[in-house]
Amino acid sequence: MKMEEKFEPKIVAFLCKWCSSAGSDLAGVSRLKYPPNVVPITVMCSGSVSPNYIFSAFKKGADGVLVSGCHPGDCHYMKGNYYARRRITLVKELLDFIGIEPQRFHMSWVSAAEGAKFTEIISDFVKELEPLGPQNKLRSNL
Amino acid sequence: MKKRIGYFICHCGINIAGTVDVKRVSEDLASYPGIIHSEDYVYMCSDPGQSRMIEAIKEKKLDKVVIACCSPTLHETTFRNAARTAGINSFQCEIANVREQCSWVHKDKVKATEKAIKISKSVIERARFNESLEPISIPVTRRALVIGGGISGIQSALDLANSGYEVVLVERSPSIGGHMIQLSETFPTLDCSQCIMTPKMVEVSKHPKIKLLTYSEVQDISGYVGNFKVKILKKPTFVDPDKCTLCDECTTVCPVAVPNEFDLGLTRRRAIYIPFPQAIPATYTLDINHCPGLVPIACGKCADVCEPKAIDYDMKPEILEEEVGSIIVSTGFDLYGKDEMAEYGYGTYEDVLDGLQFERLCSASGPTMGKILRPSDHKEPKEVVFIQCVGSRDPEQHCAYCSKICCMYTAKHAMLYKHHVHDGQAYVFYIDIRSGGKGYEEFVQRAVEEDGVVYLRGKVSKIFEENGKIRVWGVDTLSGKDIEIKADMVVLAMAIRPSKGADELAKKLKIAMDKDGFLSEAHPKLRPVESVTSGMFLAGAAQAPKDIPEAVAQASGAAVKAVNILSQEKLYHAPTVAAVNSTLCTGCGMCVDVCPYEAVSLAEGKANVNEVLCEGCGTCMATCLRAAASVKNVTPQQVHNMIIASLEG
Ligand SMILES: Cc1cc2nc3c(=O)[nH]c(=O)nc-3n(C[C@H](O)[C@H](O)[C@H](O)COP(=O)(O)OP(=O)(O)OC[C@H]3O[C@@H](n4cnc5c(N)ncnc54)[C@H](O)[C@@H]3O)c2cc1C
Ligand code: SF4
Ligand code: SF4
Ligand code: FES
Repeated sequence: MKMEEKFEPKIVAFLCKWCSSAGSDLAGVSRLKYPPNVVPITVMCSGSVSPNYIFSAFKKGADGVLVSGCHPGDCHYMKGNYYARRRITLVKELLDFIGIEPQRFHMSWVSAAEGAKFTEIISDFVKELEPLGPQNKLRSNL
Repeated sequence: MKKRIGYFICHCGINIAGTVDVKRVSEDLASYPGIIHSEDYVYMCSDPGQSRMIEAIKEKKLDKVVIACCSPTLHETTFRNAARTAGINSFQCEIANVREQCSWVHKDKVKATEKAIKISKSVIERARFNESLEPISIPVTRRALVIGGGISGIQSALDLANSGYEVVLVERSPSIGGHMIQLSETFPTLDCSQCIMTPKMVEVSKHPKIKLLTYSEVQDISGYVGNFKVKILKKPTFVDPDKCTLCDECTTVCPVAVPNEFDLGLTRRRAIYIPFPQAIPATYTLDINHCPGLVPIACGKCADVCEPKAIDYDMKPEILEEEVGSIIVSTGFDLYGKDEMAEYGYGTYEDVLDGLQFERLCSASGPTMGKILRPSDHKEPKEVVFIQCVGSRDPEQHCAYCSKICCMYTAKHAMLYKHHVHDGQAYVFYIDIRSGGKGYEEFVQRAVEEDGVVYLRGKVSKIFEENGKIRVWGVDTLSGKDIEIKADMVVLAMAIRPSKGADELAKKLKIAMDKDGFLSEAHPKLRPVESVTSGMFLAGAAQAPKDIPEAVAQASGAAVKAVNILSQEKLYHAPTVAAVNSTLCTGCGMCVDVCPYEAVSLAEGKANVNEVLCEGCGTCMATCLRAAASVKNVTPQQVHNMIIASLEG
């Protein structure tokens, strides 16, 4: 990395198919703009995101991880996001424990109608990650 | 087996190619492991675009393809169909979204191109381990269950039966008819409710395709769309309807008298009774809760006088098992009662009535033979106050919602009162008048203009009895004046509630309820008659307060939705469901607990997924600590590979 080059955080975003992925589609259809630092992985439901996915993303060099699902009460599968929410609290604590800044991990609720909210979340996340610099705690030597 | 993957990136005119260097992407991907063919094309979804893909699959013997294009919600089906045409399984085709999630949201071409490469590689990693799958087919039991025999249930049952399907109609009270059969005349046309309802009830009882189970309740439901198994409890009536000649001798000797539900306590009935003369089935019921006792027989007078020997004290409850493919829930509503509404003297003053009691007073076959008389002294009331929104639109203390039908039936009540008592005066306290509906606004205007009903905008603050009058204090918010009316009768338009026990039934059926306890539709706009549970539909006031025309329309809608299922020989279900690796599974049962569809069960110490119930949400997969549970084609292995590709690509 050259000195003058700006740090570009790498983000993996797990988006549930029914709300958040559809919301990110709407951001596209509305031609909203957000930083290209995020690679989306569409999953069926936020409830299917295992903590393992989050840790393996950090291990493989992610500087930030986002899990986004339907608003509480709106999960296509009724309760998936409630399970996700519970799990996420544990993940945050665990990250803290192993010395990763908890801000590197985000959970959000984005509905299919919230293209603008998705855009904002990504932009804010990138801004929040920039001062933290690269995540090296869990990154396995690549 | 070595994978032979084809990669195609679409320019989408300039929609993708304007921001993503598609040539570079295609060249980069050409050397990615497993890629045998990589190309870019101006419009992949066009016929020539699809043909290129089909040709490539055939010529290069590709076994998987990834198309980088617009969102999979748009063309996944298109490309999967094309893949099938080319001879590979449709689940071997995956879509990488490089338009909505990439080219349309970024400006920097270099960065957008890099991102498009990462997205593509990540989706290739998913495709690499995709299994070939075929839709799961489910047989269909081609008959339906309708729960609740009010106008909604009756309409659904008749529509289904007249479409040629067998229907089991379960009603928990001794007769079908619901609330509509209690009404006198109906807005906005003032037809006599019994005159339009009775023929439908008779049609139900005579229809060869309808099995009517009254005095019955659904006890248990298992199974899934197309294949429900239902246990129904048929309570004993102690009267054989085939022998009963409706002579009415039994009620003349029965010593018990209890409030009559049909007249909402305005009259009394015997322990053995017929709910109302036109009841269907036309027979008597012995109410075991009020009879002095059958074991041992404490009275026995009714059986003594019953000449055809229709009364059988040994009748036992029966459990019936029915198999159906689809279910319609039409359990209707109840009015707010005295437990919920202690204000306004309801339940304390005899001449403070609710709307249904007033319907009975207006009914030609009601307790007063259609004369409007005060319950306390049987005198004709000369001043009557009607109060709207009692318990409705009151989020602090009662129901936040509008009960929807009260504005209309109150106008009807005031009008009917004037038709009976020409020299009387009717007052209506209201918040606003909601009369959206065909002919509804005109109907309310008629009450004001032709029948001189006085509408007072405002809330009633106090009601109390004094010298045989009910004093009503309120404020007319339009004039700002305090108002006091010395009324002879007060009629409360009580809030509409879901019928008692609807919550328990919803739990048995596993259908959701909204915050007020009404049954939830699957989508408030586009799926208003479907419940969230596949194969179960909603009709009438069980879903939300509604009037008869709306209830009937929804009931017919629900019937058609049920026919959608019953008319199929087989149903097909997405095969991307969970599977459990039994070598890894320890039988901890965590997945059983979390599955929202109760699709997982333990058998011989191992988890087992019912593929028909499983919706593939993946909650079990994220919960299983042994990595034993996984959803086909989004397995943890696939997702791990996707993560690597997203970060390294
Ligand atoms: C005072 C008043 C006046 C009205 N006037 C008019 C009017 O003039 N015009 C108009 O269009 N509408 C009017 N309505 C509205 C009308 O009554 C309703 O639209 C209609 O009754 C709704 O029918 P339903 O079948 O959905 O519900 P219901 O009539 O409530 O029928 C539900 C049926 O399901 C049964 N049931 C409940 N739970 C179960 C269970 N768990 N298992 C088995 N069976 C069960 C009940 O016993 C009942 O028979 C009036 C309503 C009121 C309160
Ligand atoms: S959670 Fe995993 S180990 Fe436990 S029963 Fe389910 S599949 Fe088996
Ligand atoms: S994928 Fe979802 S629906 Fe299927 S078994 Fe697992 S938790 Fe249940
Ligand atoms: S489907 Fe979106 S969170 Fe469950």
